[in-house]
Amino acid sequence: MSKSIHQVNYFQRAFLIIGGVVMLFPFFWMISSSLKNDVEAFATPPTIFPSSPNLDNYRTVAEYLDLKQLFINSMSVSLIVTFLQLLTSSMAGYAFARIRFRGKSIIFMAYLVTMMIPMQVVVVPLFIEMRELNLIDSYLGLGLPMIVSAFGTFFMRQAMMGIPKEIEEAAILDGAGHFRIFSRIAIPLTIPALSALCILAFMSVWNSFLWPLIVLFSPEKMTIPLGLAILHGEHKTDWPMVMAGTTLAVIPIAIVYLLLQRQITQSFLTAGLKG
Amino acid sequence: MKYKRENLSATLFILPSFLPLVAFLIVPMLAAVTLSFAQWDLLTPPSWVGLENYFELFKSAVFWQTLKNSIVFILGYLPIVYTLGLAAALALNKKFVGSGLLRAAYFLPVITSWVIVSLLWKWILNPEGGVVNSLLSQIGIQGPGWWTSTTWAMPTVIIASAWKDLGYVMLLLLAGLQSIPPEYQEAAAIDGASKSQILRLITLPLLTPATFFVIVISLINNFQVFDQIYLMTSGGPEGSTSVIVQQIVKNSFDYGRMGYASALSMVLFVIILSITLVQIKLQKRWVNYE
Repeated sequence: MSKSIHQVNYFQRAFLIIGGVVMLFPFFWMISSSLKNDVEAFATPPTIFPSSPNLDNYRTVAEYLDLKQLFINSMSVSLIVTFLQLLTSSMAGYAFARIRFRGKSIIFMAYLVTMMIPMQVVVVPLFIEMRELNLIDSYLGLGLPMIVSAFGTFFMRQAMMGIPKEIEEAAILDGAGHFRIFSRIAIPLTIPALSALCILAFMSVWNSFLWPLIVLFSPEKMTIPLGLAILHGEHKTDWPMVMAGTTLAVIPIAIVYLLLQRQITQSFLTAGLKG
Repeated sequence: MKYKRENLSATLFILPSFLPLVAFLIVPMLAAVTLSFAQWDLLTPPSWVGLENYFELFKSAVFWQTLKNSIVFILGYLPIVYTLGLAAALALNKKFVGSGLLRAAYFLPVITSWVIVSLLWKWILNPEGGVVNSLLSQIGIQGPGWWTSTTWAMPTVIIASAWKDLGYVMLLLLAGLQSIPPEYQEAAAIDGASKSQILRLITLPLLTPATFFVIVISLINNFQVFDQIYLMTSGGPEGSTSVIVQQIVKNSFDYGRMGYASALSMVLFVIILSITLVQIKLQKRWVNYE
């Protein structure tokens, strides 16, 4: 075994650490700025740490935005939509993987084709449709287009194809029907795939911006990204205050990431490589 | 009899997903195709205009400008994100004390929403009082206007996007690197190959599937860019960062031109579809799978 490829490369390490600092700097600067007053925040030369840290900017944010409401809105929309997306994806995935039925290949083809249609392509007619259905500015209008994912269905189908036939046959001999096999065998055996999909779905709903921006109007219904956009829109130059808002928005993400780091990176990877 | 019951079960399993798919993706898609041949402001009844929206679109300087912007964006973004992502992946390929922490640092922006990322970078690169320009002025350099300048707005968006996506590209390349059997590199080293030769002649060629995937996914994602443009520049100044999706939103919701916006959507769809089809076709040919 040659030494040259297993040696510690100090140049590489230095590069990595500098890179890590650069990657984290924007977050650090956000927190630092949010604790400064307006004069210090814009000072030249900039101070790295606030000279007299205070929470005034956070109080101002709390005056403009109903933070609790925004959090509840984002959380409930994300949880419900994610749950429904997992349900619809795993059910359809089960049918495609485990049931023989007429028209299967055609319907599955339809799913594959729709996987190539990004939301951005259909926002205009989707908005018109929601207007016809009187669902503009409602959570139903916001959530309905996101409860189904062609990618999720495809992903769950792949996972469920991997279930050994013997287990299924044993269950059939015991008189189990599809609903029983689905809930007692297929779901428990595909928990890894389901949790990966769960993380991806939750993130994409939690972070979604374009569709909420189009479909929601009332401030009391808005989600966190919309709230931040409005905060910025109305206070274009009050950066310390905007940074207080973004700091508050980063906190839940950072906590979840610290707790689920491995699962999160893993799900991005599986989805990336299989999608 | 059995077969009929299977059909029924399948229907019950698929409907909860198929109905919303039809209602909220397939029908809107067909509607977008239809609308692209019409003129409609949502108030008066729509009128049929044939191919006029498309003619207008292809004659419009704004449209070509947005396409050019998307390409400039990708040409700036891809080399940065790929080179840095590759460097980080190569350096992080071995485990050492703190490597997990560094990976986490690189990945955190990936899961942060675009709204947050846009605002962070807008503040850091604020022409007045932003930390970058303040520091530049300390060494006697007058910093550029960043997102307020027609020349610098695009680089600003590229920097923020590269920072956000770097961790994801690194992750994909890291997975690619780990799928290369270490024996190959070891054998080459024994034969006296230098480090740069190993990288150039063994590692990089075996990394083509991951590289290919990064390029395709970047192309597909970046033609759909909207959030950061809307928040950082609104497409300005003077259209210097305007992109297709932002034009779609502007035409439909600001100008009430649903037909024209739908024609733009169709162009976007064709672009994304072509990239996907090229990917499927080429994947077999120039990707070096083991």
